[in-house]
Amino acid sequence: MSTASVSGAPRRPRTFGRREATELIAPLAIAGVVTTVLFAITPLAGPVGFVIVMYSLFIAQYYWYARRTHGVKAGVDRAVTVVISSAAAFTILPLVFIMGFVVAKGAKSLTWGFFHHTMEGVAPGAPASAGGAFHAIIGTLIQVALATFICVPFGVLTAVYLQEVRGRFVPLVRVIVDAMSGLPSIVAGLFIFAVWVVGLGQGFSGLAASLALGVLMLPTVARTTEEMLKLVDPSLREASTALGAPQWRTVLRVVLPTARSGIITAVILGIARIAGETAPLLMTSFGNDRANPTKTLSEPQESLPLFIYRQITSSQGASVDRAWSAALVLVAIVLVLFVVARVLGRTRPAK
Amino acid sequence: MSITMSPAHNIESAAVNERTVDAALRAEGISCWFGKRKVLEDVNLVMERNTVVALIGPSGCGKSTFLRTLNRMHELTPTAALAGAVYLNDVDIYGPELKASVTRQRIGMVFQKPNPFPAMSVRENVLSGLKLTGTKVGNSEELVQWALLKASLWEEVKNRLDAPGGSLSGGQQQRLCIARSLAVKPEVLLMDEPCSALDPTSTRRVEETISEIADDITVVIVTHNMQQAQRVSDTCAFFLAEENRPGHIVESGLTEQMFTNPADPRTNDYVNGRFG
Repeated sequence: MSTASVSGAPRRPRTFGRREATELIAPLAIAGVVTTVLFAITPLAGPVGFVIVMYSLFIAQYYWYARRTHGVKAGVDRAVTVVISSAAAFTILPLVFIMGFVVAKGAKSLTWGFFHHTMEGVAPGAPASAGGAFHAIIGTLIQVALATFICVPFGVLTAVYLQEVRGRFVPLVRVIVDAMSGLPSIVAGLFIFAVWVVGLGQGFSGLAASLALGVLMLPTVARTTEEMLKLVDPSLREASTALGAPQWRTVLRVVLPTARSGIITAVILGIARIAGETAPLLMTSFGNDRANPTKTLSEPQESLPLFIYRQITSSQGASVDRAWSAALVLVAIVLVLFVVARVLGRTRPAK
Repeated sequence: MSITMSPAHNIESAAVNERTVDAALRAEGISCWFGKRKVLEDVNLVMERNTVVALIGPSGCGKSTFLRTLNRMHELTPTAALAGAVYLNDVDIYGPELKASVTRQRIGMVFQKPNPFPAMSVRENVLSGLKLTGTKVGNSEELVQWALLKASLWEEVKNRLDAPGGSLSGGQQQRLCIARSLAVKPEVLLMDEPCSALDPTSTRRVEETISEIADDITVVIVTHNMQQAQRVSDTCAFFLAEENRPGHIVESGLTEQMFTNPADPRTNDYVNGRFG
């Protein structure tokens, strides 16, 4: 009777229970104690060394115990599992620190006024509550929107050429696009500065910044879109062709609509790529203390990265606080974009 | 030791050729290559108007390749090449009189896997052939109903014409694909194993559809299912690829004769399930 009830009880095989937890915590505790003693009686010192020594001791013990009770394979399995898990955790660590730091520093002087004041006429020594980043936020939104508007048609067309047209120059185009994705952003800025700002005498403007950002965005949009087009079932193209459609109609009416959500993801990834760029802006939009959305094509314009840069280099305490707040706003904007990309990318058409 | 048979003998043995035939589609001396590999050799076949022609034979014998030469889909494969001619109402579809896109409008195709356009609704799927060829249509509602009725799908979808095409069941999707092909009013419909991804009930419905549309359309169907070939087709062509010999037609003729009294022993073996 009792065996029947045991075998019939619901259970999950290979769960992480109390025993497994003990087997993990005990060697960790022992490693901590041993390392503390070691560091007290030997010349060993320093927090980094402490972590390394303790971690090595822990893994060694953990492996040794598992091997003794379950055999070599189990020992290796567990040790590798723990090493890989801790490597993953170690990767996330910097991100958590950066985010925590930005939130802690930025939230301090982030007031409502920060969102609707500009830096126009704000004295250098004014407290952080004076002035704001309205002009920078609006500048960033305008410049990024303009860059997207300029870049997306080219990016999507490049992807269509690479994946659908498959012309003779595909290898060449692919090499160029790949090279562009490795282009240092400051070089993109320099290029627009030399050609547009100085060469054509257009001067600093939000538009010049958008052009530089568009150059940086293009490879991301083109390659991501290309990957999305690759996911479109080839049999849909065949079906369209078999109905008598010319290729351009197949692309326009079947391939692009089918890859729509993927292309939106590609665009948003491209936007996220450029939203935080600073270097190309220094030589193209230059910066401004006033909000001038209507003068985007003709006047120097502020944006969040430039605002952060300019505030932090002015080295006044209040300016530094403003820079942190702007950093928080910028991170939040990028974060929102990524979430939107994820949500849009997930809604695949019904299969 | 393999039995060799000249192509001329094939034609003579074909019962179809013994009477006067109104050919909707006529293939002459079709050979196909993928790169240097020859997969089809000197295929001659007459497909009579408003009948159902079944192409049977073991896997890899070139049936599907042959089917794809009939509406110029074969050439879309980058390494593909072919020789011979295909006549649609006595006009060579590979000749200068017909554009490939026009040929494909007049000779429709249904594929093995149902492939409705996922970004379009049921209605849009039916009308997609017109949109994709830039054809204007007077009464689209009427055409949608006509095509769906022909594909015996109307009753099941008439209340959800705006649902995505992908939301239908597999069998319904395949009938939607048939409706999509019918909406451009083709003269010939090619079907490449249209039921191989379907359950028996859906298969039966597709077979009923085939019988119905054959009143005014010529149907050429590739199938691995002998019972299906027997049920739906008027004439049959048995394809075979043997060692050192690319795919070719062993025998073609009236379905009934092919299944009851085939001229070639290999046909007899195949239709009775002894190989392939």
